[in-house]
Amino acid sequence: MTQRQTLAECILSHAAGRAVSPGDLVVVPVDMAMAVDSIAPSVIAVLRGELGAHVREPRRAAIFIDHVAPAANVATADAQVGIRRFAAEEGIGQLFDVGRGVCHQVMIEEGLVRPGQIVLGSDSHSTSYGAIGAFGTGMGASDIALAWASGRTWLRVPETIRVRARGRFGPGVGAKDLALHVARTLGADGARYAAVEYLGLDDLPLADRQTLACMATELGAKVGLIPPTGRVATLFPPPAWLTVDADAPCARELEVDLASLPPLVAVPPAVDTVVEAGSLGDVRVNQVFLGTCTNGRLEDLQAAARLLRGRRVARGVRMIVVPASSRVLEAAVADGTLAALLEAGATIGTPGCGPCIGRHLGVLGAGEVCLSTGNRNFRGRMGSPEARIYLASPEVAAATAVAGRIVDPREMMSET
Amino acid sequence: MVIHALAPSLTLHVLRFTTTRQSEEDEMPRVWKFGSDVDTDQIVPGRYAPYMTSEAELGKYPFIEARPEFAATVRPGDLIVAGRNFGCGSSREYAPKALQVVGVGAIIAQSFARIFFRNALNLGIPLFEADWTDEIVDGEEVTLDAEEGRLTTAHGVYALKPLPEFVRQIRREGSIVAYYRKYGRFPGEGEA
Repeated sequence: MTQRQTLAECILSHAAGRAVSPGDLVVVPVDMAMAVDSIAPSVIAVLRGELGAHVREPRRAAIFIDHVAPAANVATADAQVGIRRFAAEEGIGQLFDVGRGVCHQVMIEEGLVRPGQIVLGSDSHSTSYGAIGAFGTGMGASDIALAWASGRTWLRVPETIRVRARGRFGPGVGAKDLALHVARTLGADGARYAAVEYLGLDDLPLADRQTLACMATELGAKVGLIPPTGRVATLFPPPAWLTVDADAPCARELEVDLASLPPLVAVPPAVDTVVEAGSLGDVRVNQVFLGTCTNGRLEDLQAAARLLRGRRVARGVRMIVVPASSRVLEAAVADGTLAALLEAGATIGTPGCGPCIGRHLGVLGAGEVCLSTGNRNFRGRMGSPEARIYLASPEVAAATAVAGRIVDPREMMSET
Repeated sequence: MVIHALAPSLTLHVLRFTTTRQSEEDEMPRVWKFGSDVDTDQIVPGRYAPYMTSEAELGKYPFIEARPEFAATVRPGDLIVAGRNFGCGSSREYAPKALQVVGVGAIIAQSFARIFFRNALNLGIPLFEADWTDEIVDGEEVTLDAEEGRLTTAHGVYALKPLPEFVRQIRREGSIVAYYRKYGRFPGEGEA
């Protein structure tokens, strides 16, 4: 191919078998398509009821019981019974049940995603797979059912928006702050339909890349791609054809000086109204939630534990920790992180999505304020439409839990 | 359903002769106007995910918290007109599906969030992007010709970009699933 290509164009050209350009409509093979418990019943209804079809390649399907795990009521329990039966009937061995964890975390832990692959998920945060350079994107029930039945999907080749990072994060600042900075710069629809490509992050650990790629969907993006480099390339070797052309033409470029970023917070009800954590004054919180596909990994729990050791969660604050997976939980038990969190007064939920979508494990009541390490703070997201959700990093979450109000974690770090 | 565009005065003239007990207001689609960044948690909150409920049940939930009168009084053929980034948030297909179940005739927005747009397109819901949505008023009566790409209002006729061939093929069969079921492939697939 002689034309210069961005990572997204490279991946889709390979999948389509010809050089493609932004705006082209292509039908491509799907390497993996997954469904989550809250959507799987709809996918099954389309597959069985409307298509009259079966899963063509069960090894290219995965199902996760994570959004309401364990089941919160009879309706969800009955739905999950149906999902397990369907998986058995279709020979889908990759069924991850209650407690294994959030789909996006487990897909990467289990090696179900590889760089350069086309991966669909029945959840908008499927952009998370871009953390290892996979073309991961969220779709609805019809698309997932069609992918299971046909092994293919239709896609419009996206424009690319390139984010070039320079330097390193300062203390107490990390990938979540970078994600929120990009959100405030581009806006919640600033990357609409686009592929966001992040360069200059060659040394960034996998967990941080997952945070960044996960948040790409909050910009309206189709995918959020980070070229596999360093340790990530060792864990997930990219195929030879997957090349990064850092100067290929793209729609827009953004430069970020990582060292200049402070701890940031997204103010409700939007992800792109972002302010410095230390500037909020006296925003008292009722609940602090540490978890989700965005920031529920071992590194996130460890960051929180570092701040919580020797301190207590403030009176009147509930700190709920939901590890993103069973492996995260096991590792946190083994290295003392969990003990530190519990000793400070946090409580633990079943690995999964937890209270992120307002179904259980920490639903908010009218007038309550929550500081969450999740990815979305729309009105009503976690329960009452009269509750307010602020989004931030694990460090901000931990410091906030101790202070009882939203604070800059660096104040607390200098006291250590 | 295609509503052929007529000049407003002619429409009213025809309706006065043809309607009996119903006023002409019941005949013309009304506009439900929304702002920007209408997210899927507003369109159908996550707690109303259709686990075992029927499609008819789903029709109770659109905007159930954000605008409760919508589900109660929306009529088939009514249009949604909105600002930027309509449908942002989750990939839940039951959000556009709920709008389809209550018979929303089309959605015209300054821009759409990608997953919502894709889901609604797959379901065969006519979607149009237009930069003049600010001029359309909540509650006003209009007629839409989705095929010709024309919205007729009491204060002017507005042009809509014609639906692409890929979308027309889907709409001809009703949905992308119906298309695939009939042809065993996606629209445009296998063509040179």
